[in-house]
Amino acid sequence: MTTPTIPTTTPTVAEIFETMSYGPAPESAQPAADWLDAHRPHLRLFIGGAWREPSSGEYFESVNPATNRPLIQVAKAGEADVDAAVAAARAAFPAWSALPGHARARYLYAIARQVQKHARLLAVLETMDNGKPIRETRDIDVPLLARHFSYYAGWAQLMARELPEMRPVGVVGQIIPWNFPLLMLAWKIAPALAAGNTVVLKPAGYTSITAVAFAELIEKIGLPPGVVNILTGDGRMGERIARHPDVDKVAFTGSTKVGRILRRATAGSGKKLSLELGGKSPFVVFDDADLDSAVEGVVDAIWFNQGQVCCAGSRLLVQESVADKLIAKLRARMEKLRVGDPLDKAVDIGAIVGPAQLETIERLVRTGVAEGARMWQPSWACPTEGCFYPPTLFTEVAPAATIAQTEIFGPVLVTLTFRTPAEAVALANNTAYGLAASVWSESVNQALDVARQLKAGTVWINSTNVFDASSGFGGYRESGFGREGGIEGLYEYLTPKWEMHEAHEAAETADAGETAAQANGANGRGRRQRATQAAPTAANGHGNGAHVEHAEPDGYDPVENPLLWPPIDRTPKQFIGGKQVRPDSGYSRGVYGPDGALVGEVGEGNRKDIRNAVEAARAAAGWADATAYNRAQILYYIAENLSTRADEFTGHIAAMTGRPSVDARAEVERSIERLFTYAAWADKYDGAIHSPPLRSMTLAVHEPVGALGLICPDEYPLLGFVSLVAPAIAMGNTVVAVPSERHPLAATDFYAVLETSDVPAGVVNIVTGPHDILADVLARHDDMDGVWYFGSAEGARMVEDASAGNMKRTWCGYGRPRAWMDAEQGEGREFLRAATQVKNIWVPVGE
Amino acid sequence: MATLIERETATRETRERNPGMPLDLSHVEDVRVNRSAVERRAATLPARRTVKKTWQAAWLLRAITDIDLTTLAGDDTPGTVRRLCAKARRPLRDEIVERLGASALDPRVAAVCVYHNLVHVAVAALAGSDIPVAAVSTGFPAGQNPFPQKIEEIRASVAAGAREIDIVISRAHALTGNWQALYDEVRAFREACGPAHMKTILATGELGTLRTVARASWVCMMAGADFIKTSTGKESVNATLPVSLVMVRAIREYHETTGYRVGFKPAGGIRTAKQALDWLALMKEELGEEWMRSPLFRFGASGLLTDIERQLEYFVTGRYSAAYHQPMA
Repeated sequence: MTTPTIPTTTPTVAEIFETMSYGPAPESAQPAADWLDAHRPHLRLFIGGAWREPSSGEYFESVNPATNRPLIQVAKAGEADVDAAVAAARAAFPAWSALPGHARARYLYAIARQVQKHARLLAVLETMDNGKPIRETRDIDVPLLARHFSYYAGWAQLMARELPEMRPVGVVGQIIPWNFPLLMLAWKIAPALAAGNTVVLKPAGYTSITAVAFAELIEKIGLPPGVVNILTGDGRMGERIARHPDVDKVAFTGSTKVGRILRRATAGSGKKLSLELGGKSPFVVFDDADLDSAVEGVVDAIWFNQGQVCCAGSRLLVQESVADKLIAKLRARMEKLRVGDPLDKAVDIGAIVGPAQLETIERLVRTGVAEGARMWQPSWACPTEGCFYPPTLFTEVAPAATIAQTEIFGPVLVTLTFRTPAEAVALANNTAYGLAASVWSESVNQALDVARQLKAGTVWINSTNVFDASSGFGGYRESGFGREGGIEGLYEYLTPKWEMHEAHEAAETADAGETAAQANGANGRGRRQRATQAAPTAANGHGNGAHVEHAEPDGYDPVENPLLWPPIDRTPKQFIGGKQVRPDSGYSRGVYGPDGALVGEVGEGNRKDIRNAVEAARAAAGWADATAYNRAQILYYIAENLSTRADEFTGHIAAMTGRPSVDARAEVERSIERLFTYAAWADKYDGAIHSPPLRSMTLAVHEPVGALGLICPDEYPLLGFVSLVAPAIAMGNTVVAVPSERHPLAATDFYAVLETSDVPAGVVNIVTGPHDILADVLARHDDMDGVWYFGSAEGARMVEDASAGNMKRTWCGYGRPRAWMDAEQGEGREFLRAATQVKNIWVPVGE
Repeated sequence: MATLIERETATRETRERNPGMPLDLSHVEDVRVNRSAVERRAATLPARRTVKKTWQAAWLLRAITDIDLTTLAGDDTPGTVRRLCAKARRPLRDEIVERLGASALDPRVAAVCVYHNLVHVAVAALAGSDIPVAAVSTGFPAGQNPFPQKIEEIRASVAAGAREIDIVISRAHALTGNWQALYDEVRAFREACGPAHMKTILATGELGTLRTVARASWVCMMAGADFIKTSTGKESVNATLPVSLVMVRAIREYHETTGYRVGFKPAGGIRTAKQALDWLALMKEELGEEWMRSPLFRFGASGLLTDIERQLEYFVTGRYSAAYHQPMA
């Protein structure tokens, strides 16, 4: 196939009648050129509803990569512009967030309609700025842009009734990449506005133009000033937005490298963060697949947008028995692909975004060849002007090859073969990434079973690179966290109403561990009242709490209270892999009561204990496959066994904390109740089935995050521990729990409860010791999938910073008070969301 | 310079016809068709490929030469068939042909397709043109006639001068998975056709699934079909791009397996020039340029020609055309 360049002389009808060749089919660039001319000499910043020159006075060139010719000068935002934009967003926030949902819905609906009305201009500008084919911008990017605003207009409409417990986060900083400038803008802005946030968005330096065109549309519909601010500029401005103290949430799509920088930059700030990062997504073809359709799938997977797609199916895994056949079909198909002028309607592959990216692709392909893989390209030649690269196929690639591991972000496919479904899954998951996967098989059993086992946020069965606002998109592992699309995408821009963000409140109660009962003002009082009522009720119910009812905090009866007997020395160890093991250090640490008296001793955990515990938690991963009913039964059983030891726990808690026995008893009873809560949730926190506008079901499956490190709050030695462990294991995670540093005995007492409750070995591992040392080891451990940290603000910073190593999911309390006794704050969906990640499995139907 | 029809006829006759092969059920069993993926390809292909201006004119001219100009109505008479044959000889006004610079090509339709009763009329009307007459046969359109009658009908049409026979398969064989029976039937039809080329109508709108379409395609090709054809034009759903994609992929696989080229004929529902271009792009993309020419590709259509004439008149005049400017068939 020839590349579609305009011939110097047009052949005659008679000549073409013989050759049946394709000719040029150009989309007119004139309206877009007129638009650019109308904006010369340069595009400006959109801040607070006004168009401003950049404070830097600097502009940079936006270039059409298909021609290497400049399009227009773009404003380069400076630091003062970031401050101004954030201030504008902050100023707009109170009124915008206070608007009735219906009003926000009207604005979002108007945006969707504006996009549809100006669809072609946006598509042509996007193609000129980015280099992607007009077919894609016209048929995919822009329609999805409108769809996204339309979908989230719906959530704006419904939010107040459907999510009454949530509120917007505040000012959101959003940084988007150059590969889908408009679509990524929609993924960021639509849910943020629907939820009631205000936005500062920075498009990528390569592709700024359509963000400005979009800003004109929102200006036209009269979106209140400051609700959306658009800052064009370079990557440093993105980081400045992320670091800005008045930004409450950062959303980023881009490379894993930059994602790490942003994770560290925001560590400990308390900012919400969502990251959609790189991928090396597997495209798995089984021997019972429709091979011709799979070939078209490959085209859509890796030659869509020149392969510059974070979820590109760049690793073709094909069953050995059909590998030769598939590769032959693929090569024949590649000969038919057309590379060239992206404004030509009959072009499949346009221009690479810029010379630097082209050089990266060329370098990685050279590496692939040098490492011994077999490279194949079609016989035709690419245009020589502009940034073009031909579709490229590697075979005989080993998993260890650079090109099998590294994201190329170009039209380059690497092929590996497998023998069995198990091997396919192992190869597919043999990557640090986990963004997407595609599975081709005509067997519903095989396809769904493999989809279940793949570590990826999106799995397309017999399809690939299909997107819809209804279905969340986002990564597992180092492909980032958070979801875009669906209700999951909305949650990224919401926070529980009860949470207080003001720093001074957090500081006031920073030492909440000491006086947990008084923490949190009114909440604390409310909890206290409920707690004092709860204990007798529960005691009566169980009929074994008589002495608690009579217990006098200040007048112990030595006969009734065994704590006053000379104790039998107990030796709590670490609880790892279902066994009590001595701490690696060989040291113990004292546990003291409020009066300074030694209450007991626990093992001094160290990094090796954590290492062993993580291994045990990994080995117990089969817990995720236990039925939800089974997990519920075990949680009930834990509650039952805790109940029979309620007195013992009450006594230990009282002794460690100095709290009145009735209060300690209430903590125990609340812990039992909480176990019941999560036993109840275990088989009810189900996913959803979305209805994208295709003949397809999208199964939004709630999967456990994996192996979680849980740093339990210091206050409430038992309840804090149970509040984290129970939701985690209810959802199928395995855990390494570090109990209250000050009052660890409640957790060590818990070993016996776990041992008698049929909890499989390794599902719950407990390491006692210094919080921040152990948390650091957990946060740095690359085989941990997540860490929940409910210690100090500084510890949270450290954990979030260290988590950037493998981009593990973190959930931190930032030292802010949380009323653990209170059901609203101490349990429920917030915990379940943290314990799960959503995998969207697209299942097209139809025979 | 030889006319187009002479040249293409020559090509056809020097190319070996598909002789068929023994029924090999592994090809039938190996068929995998994913409907959603096929539909996606069929939906995006017309968005990925388009031809404009001179290219479009040339492609539309090519489309005319691929047409089996068809009349299959209860009220057909010798008079209407003679009119159709006149149109077949001169599908485009001379003025348009000249302005396209295509006079030397002498464009004509690929064949005229009628019921058996009118074969002799068409043969006489087309005498000297070398345009073949195609007869629909074997109890067209439902195929529910006794088998011996079907064989007789083919022989009678061939004897009356039909050089192409469009047979219909017994859908029941395909729907019940009785592939041996389907194979035997089509094989017998092929023998009855003798030198006449056989187009095998699958009536895909009645086969239920794309997988059954692919399987029936394989069986018919193994039984010696020269063409596989989608529809009679009488089913409630006739030629569609997804069905066509499945059939041309089967043709490709058969060619790769046996080395023989089988032709493809979408029929029914193709009424616009734009649709014709979509199908030509499908053939070019999936099978190559050779399968865009009448020896291996036909449109079964009656109204299509008029729309193509209008588009070509627009191309040469720059004015949108009226249907009444084009001579009726």
